[in-house]
Amino acid sequence: MMKYVNKIRPSVDGKGLMMGKPGYTDDLADVNSLVVRVLRSPHPYAKILKIDKEKAEKLDGVECVLTHEDFKRIPMTRAGQGYPEPSPYDKFILDDHVRHIGDEVAAVAAADKETADKALSLLEVDYEVLEPVLDFEKAYENKIIIHPEPEIHEKFPIGFEPKKNVAAAYMMNVGDVSKTLLECDVVIEESFYTQAQAHVMMEPHTANARIDYQRRLVIYSSTQTPFHVRRILSQALEYPLSKIRVIKPRIGGGFGGKQCLHGEFLVAAVTLRTGKPSKIVYTRKEVFESTFSRHPMRFDIKLGAMKDGTLKGIDVNVISDTGAYGEHALTVFMVAGSKVFPLYNKVDSVRFGGKVVYTNHTPAGAFRGYGAIQGNYAMESAVDILCEKLGVDPIEFRNKNMIKEGETSPIFAIMGEGTAGTAMNMESCKLEYCVQRGTELIGWKDKYPKKVTADGKIRSVGMAIAMQGSGIPYIDMGSAMIKLNDDGFFNLMVGATEIGQGSDTILGQIAAESLGVDPDKVIIYSSDSDLTPFDTGAYASSTTYVSGNAVKRTADKMRDMIIEEGAKALGTPVSETDFDGNSIESNGKKITLSELSNRLYYSEDQKQLVAVESYVGTKSPPPFMAGFVELEVDPGTGKIELIDYVAVVDCGTTINPALARVQVEGGLVQGIGMAMYEDVVYSSGGGLITNNMMNYRIPTRKEITNMHVEFADSYEPSGPYGAKSVGEIGIDTPPAAIANALYNAVGVRIQELPITPEKVLMGILKQKDKE
Amino acid sequence: MKIDSYLKAKSVEEAYKVLKENKDAAVIAGGAWLKLMPKTIGTAIDLKGLGLDEITETDNEIVIGCMATLRQVEKYEALQEQYDGIISKSASSIMGVTVRNIATIGGTVAGKYGFSDLLPTLMVVDAELEFYKRGRVKLSEFMNEKGFADDILTHIYIKKVKSRGWFETMKNTAIDFPIINSAVIKSPEGYCIVIGARPYKAAYAIKSMEFINACKNPGTDEIAQAADIAADEMKFGKNQRGSAEYRKELCRTFVKRGLTEVIS
Amino acid sequence: MKTKINVNGTLKTFEVKPDEYLLDTLRNSGCVSVRRGCDTTSCGVCTILLDGKPIASCSYLSCRADGHNVTTVEGIPKEVALIADFFGHEGADQCGYCNPSMALTIYAMKKELKNPSDDEIRAYLVGNLCRCSGYVAQHRAIRAYLEVE
Repeated sequence: MMKYVNKIRPSVDGKGLMMGKPGYTDDLADVNSLVVRVLRSPHPYAKILKIDKEKAEKLDGVECVLTHEDFKRIPMTRAGQGYPEPSPYDKFILDDHVRHIGDEVAAVAAADKETADKALSLLEVDYEVLEPVLDFEKAYENKIIIHPEPEIHEKFPIGFEPKKNVAAAYMMNVGDVSKTLLECDVVIEESFYTQAQAHVMMEPHTANARIDYQRRLVIYSSTQTPFHVRRILSQALEYPLSKIRVIKPRIGGGFGGKQCLHGEFLVAAVTLRTGKPSKIVYTRKEVFESTFSRHPMRFDIKLGAMKDGTLKGIDVNVISDTGAYGEHALTVFMVAGSKVFPLYNKVDSVRFGGKVVYTNHTPAGAFRGYGAIQGNYAMESAVDILCEKLGVDPIEFRNKNMIKEGETSPIFAIMGEGTAGTAMNMESCKLEYCVQRGTELIGWKDKYPKKVTADGKIRSVGMAIAMQGSGIPYIDMGSAMIKLNDDGFFNLMVGATEIGQGSDTILGQIAAESLGVDPDKVIIYSSDSDLTPFDTGAYASSTTYVSGNAVKRTADKMRDMIIEEGAKALGTPVSETDFDGNSIESNGKKITLSELSNRLYYSEDQKQLVAVESYVGTKSPPPFMAGFVELEVDPGTGKIELIDYVAVVDCGTTINPALARVQVEGGLVQGIGMAMYEDVVYSSGGGLITNNMMNYRIPTRKEITNMHVEFADSYEPSGPYGAKSVGEIGIDTPPAAIANALYNAVGVRIQELPITPEKVLMGILKQKDKE
Repeated sequence: MKIDSYLKAKSVEEAYKVLKENKDAAVIAGGAWLKLMPKTIGTAIDLKGLGLDEITETDNEIVIGCMATLRQVEKYEALQEQYDGIISKSASSIMGVTVRNIATIGGTVAGKYGFSDLLPTLMVVDAELEFYKRGRVKLSEFMNEKGFADDILTHIYIKKVKSRGWFETMKNTAIDFPIINSAVIKSPEGYCIVIGARPYKAAYAIKSMEFINACKNPGTDEIAQAADIAADEMKFGKNQRGSAEYRKELCRTFVKRGLTEVIS
Repeated sequence: MKTKINVNGTLKTFEVKPDEYLLDTLRNSGCVSVRRGCDTTSCGVCTILLDGKPIASCSYLSCRADGHNVTTVEGIPKEVALIADFFGHEGADQCGYCNPSMALTIYAMKKELKNPSDDEIRAYLVGNLCRCSGYVAQHRAIRAYLEVE
């Protein structure tokens, strides 16, 4: 029975933050910071012929005006991923071409925002407006080339063909899928479109910079990847790595939207040039237009099965729109396959491939689910379509064909995230239980396929299964340091990035469990490139599994060190000495941890006990989930009301059940947003119509009233105390589950997200016309 | 949006005088969306503190001051009762309390916004407006005119009439702008049907009203017919929130439901 | 121009521009719990209490707040600590960015509504968005908070 793991504990920081203590990036900006504001492109594609900054520079209060002429031309990627990044180096801090509306043209640093904005209006820019590519289905081999620059390149082959507007490409296959499909009793062929989705984290992107008294550049950034920020800044500015410190304070939400670098380049450049502290705070419009959103994709999918309901072949071709820059082009693309198709591991053959194309849209980037939610929508919708054609119950079909504990899929070995994968058996997979339990909780047997209510509405149920990962094997490394203080408390230093998901809290619980001490005695500090050891950052669902394992190893080591020093103090053999969290004991002799720690600081055998360990995964054990929705359709308006959403999740041990639950609930609502409410919409001129929160709508608390999240009793042997990660799995199922339930309700199959009332009503009316 | 100077008016008379004498002056009502407007206001005239935020009533009318917030309108008891509470309901469907505690009925009316949820219910009950100089005028008349740049709206009057009422608004998420909305009443004078957010501003479904008012005992068929007439007669447009065809179908559904409700 | 506002029980005089909003006046005076989320009154993150009523501070001119009372979380620490305990028990705090504005609106709701139903709670808080928690954990916490006398 664990004492501190699998226990609900309030977060270590929630109360202080709710009470108003400063903690976020802008709260910690130097009070004398220059305000940096950016002139952004009004054109989707243009060449900058000339920028006249004279008037702007002369304005009283303006300290610095930067254009592409002020930077050495160094291609880079903004992607916060492990080095060398599986990303094209296709971006310059400031360039003489702009490739989307909102792309950076020039930056001004002034004493205050008003002056900086005034200076922006005084900049005179001559553009040569170029014809943009605004349709991702027309981007491939378009005569318009978005990235003709000679300096851009890939670090290793990722299928980068900029002359064809291809940022990345990928293809894999197992077996011979064309042959398999010919042998199938039933084959379906369908296309699905998923839309771009914006993160809408409540805190807009922000960063600030200062020079400290050691003459080093110190950056505070709202980032998910502080170590990648440091490295990329060093490369892009050719500034020594040792002279840069990156601190990640509290973050007001990321969800992948802060995995890429954003304002750090400009504040660093301004501060290095002026010697003065500077800060940048993105407006919400800039967050929409000038950061990142989810890759919209088109899936062309063929599934082949036998009459008895056995799925035999999967053939999928995908085009993905990475927008103006290709930061996460390849990796998101690959996850659309690698974290979907292993679910159906009993097929004879699988083929998955396609291209990621450039367009003059806002760049796409990492966003929770990271390709898996897009792929899940296509696959789980296609499975239901196949089931209908086969005349097989959708739950029976999944039970028959889905992956189970102890099994594997060849896809694991073939597909990693940007590189080849890692073979693994499912040492923990409770998907069967998740499906069975979810079926019970939603009341599937009574409600499938549909019921008409007294007032003419139609209620139905639909479902989908999903998987994700736990970090990237052999690439994601996390580490931790624990030091023992006098009075017997610990500092736990981790690189792992708390972005609101609760990692500071759960990592403390893991350390506490191993040490046997109350988590109150473990003070955590995270994500400071000087003071904490390395961690790749909060992405790829790596924190609980990778960083958690690092913390456990470190705590185990510290335990051993305490026993060793305690034995010395007691004069007993280490093999006969034990530590129960309070005291070190041996054959009746005892010294408390507090006493020992004071002794180690002040009296005898003085030394500072410090343990540091690292962890790199040798596999990425997937969390699994079955999602079930009950909805009600109003056939007069097309409006869908969500009556209930049931999620049964296998993430191994939940380190903190309350925090794990909310990770799933929060993910579900974001998935529901993508399924029904959210859409990134461009005008015909290439500008975002949805560039503010009036036009881009995320679900409110009225849209979701009932959610039931349960966790399967599961244990992943390779995870810390049996845990797998849980950060992303919650988001994947809603689009397919809702599309499937809608079809069950009114026979309208929506194959292009989002599922809006208009599409539903027009679909219903179209059917009536046909009848 | 920039403001050069701010004036807290000491009287409506003063406010009117400053407004007339300065081309770049404007009255700020709730000011909730002031900063979304791209212009510059020379003098921002505030009517705060002049008692124009009160809601009172007589035997015949509810008198709403122009500076009463949407939240005050929503919570006022008589407005929760009259016309089956549709005025309160429509106000309460607008955004959240943090905006409704600032936005005013005067600002809503003056703006004649197509996206307003409140205007259709005010129109369907034939509300009257009172301006400082002009005096009383029907809201419906005002809605057909072009602006009122140089007068000050002071009060809105709602007649107390025993009526049935129905209001619905169709939105993406709960705090979004409406894709379309509709208000229907049955008063001793007859039926009144208003369709709003088409996305154009709220308007009467005149032909549909003529039809249903001529029916002796309208049943399901007549209601369906009235709904079809409304869907055909109203002009609908397309915007980011929906197409014209979708709005047309919603109109059909709403008029059907509204008439069914007020007749029952 | 000068505007006199009672902030959390202390009368303060601010020198403000006519088009300055309460959000900036408060935040620039050191009240970092008041923060910006969206610029368009769409998110609720900037909520403060004006004479006890929740308003969007990003859209309320500072000069209009003259003579009024402003409450931020710094002004009601005991109550906020209590709400935080309920949030913490549910894991509802998450990134925390919306939490201060949420706490103020919840506090105002408790004073304004008697025994609200689930629907009434959601309606009152609908304009206060949260992107992390999915709302239901907050709802559980709020229900528990409302039980306390």
